[in-house]
Amino acid sequence: MTTNGWPLWEVFVRSRRGLSHTHAGSLHAPDAEMALRNARDLYTRRNEGVSIWVVPSAEITASSPDEKDPFFEPSADKPYRHPTFYEIPDGVKHL
Amino acid sequence: MSDTAVITTAALALGDDALVLSHRLGEWAGSAPVLEEEVALANIALDLLGQARILLSLVGDEDELAYLREERAFRNSQLVEQPNGDFAHTIARQLYFSTYQRLLYGELATGDGPLAGLAAKAVKEVAYHQDHAEHWTLRLGDGTDESHARMQRACDALWRFTGELFQPVEGLDVDLTAMESTWLASVTDVLTRATLTVPEGPRTGAWAAGAGRQGLHTESFGRMIAEMQHLHRSHPGATW
Repeated sequence: MTTNGWPLWEVFVRSRRGLSHTHAGSLHAPDAEMALRNARDLYTRRNEGVSIWVVPSAEITASSPDEKDPFFEPSADKPYRHPTFYEIPDGVKHL
Repeated sequence: MSDTAVITTAALALGDDALVLSHRLGEWAGSAPVLEEEVALANIALDLLGQARILLSLVGDEDELAYLREERAFRNSQLVEQPNGDFAHTIARQLYFSTYQRLLYGELATGDGPLAGLAAKAVKEVAYHQDHAEHWTLRLGDGTDESHARMQRACDALWRFTGELFQPVEGLDVDLTAMESTWLASVTDVLTRATLTVPEGPRTGAWAAGAGRQGLHTESFGRMIAEMQHLHRSHPGATW
């Protein structure tokens, strides 16, 4: 089997009561239709009412681990960026 | 014939169909073209085995029926006992049989007979089986020259076993003639879309096959049930 005709797909599943799609795993399939069917067998055990997304792995752009520092590191020396120490007034309900 | 005997005849025919095809699909374990397809075939086999267990339980003890009957006592159609062959053969067998099963269970589910409950559950499963078989028929038929030739060969080879599915079975209170023309239209549509030719051979009569419902089976079936029943017969009365 060559993986050329059977590229890798990433599978995202939303369970029946779930709020969002979660990455469930990956699989090989010749096209999106077949990827959906295979994902249903592999990752949902055919639970009714779930939603499946399949995406060709090649379509996903990931952040690079090398750029982790400049990309994700918050500026810890600027406390005004971290509004964690404000006191919440009693009347505020949905914060 | 009493009511119970009538249900027995029908449940045995449908139960044996499901049991035997489930065993054939189980033989693919470890040998399917790709891992994902392996899972799909195993899934279908498990669905069918579940149907067989319910149907055979209506008749008697499911294990006794599966493991202790002789070849001549099995009532499955000859189509489902056909060897797996290449992948195209397995798919052609699935296409012919799942289309039949979906129509049959669809009709039984709308009635109020003793099989209606089972049929309502099973019809969802067989809809998936049919979808799977149709997709692969389209892919293989409209794929490469080689896959096209293999799919055509498989459809031709199994064609003569399909007439038997529409022989009357005691206790199956459905319009088999109407079902057969719907089956033919559905299969014709898929084969045409798959760029395949609908086989021309006979489906009934002297040149067609099919006396499985009367207990007459094809040569490879004996070997299949010998393997299936081996352990139970070697250790009679054991529990597991």
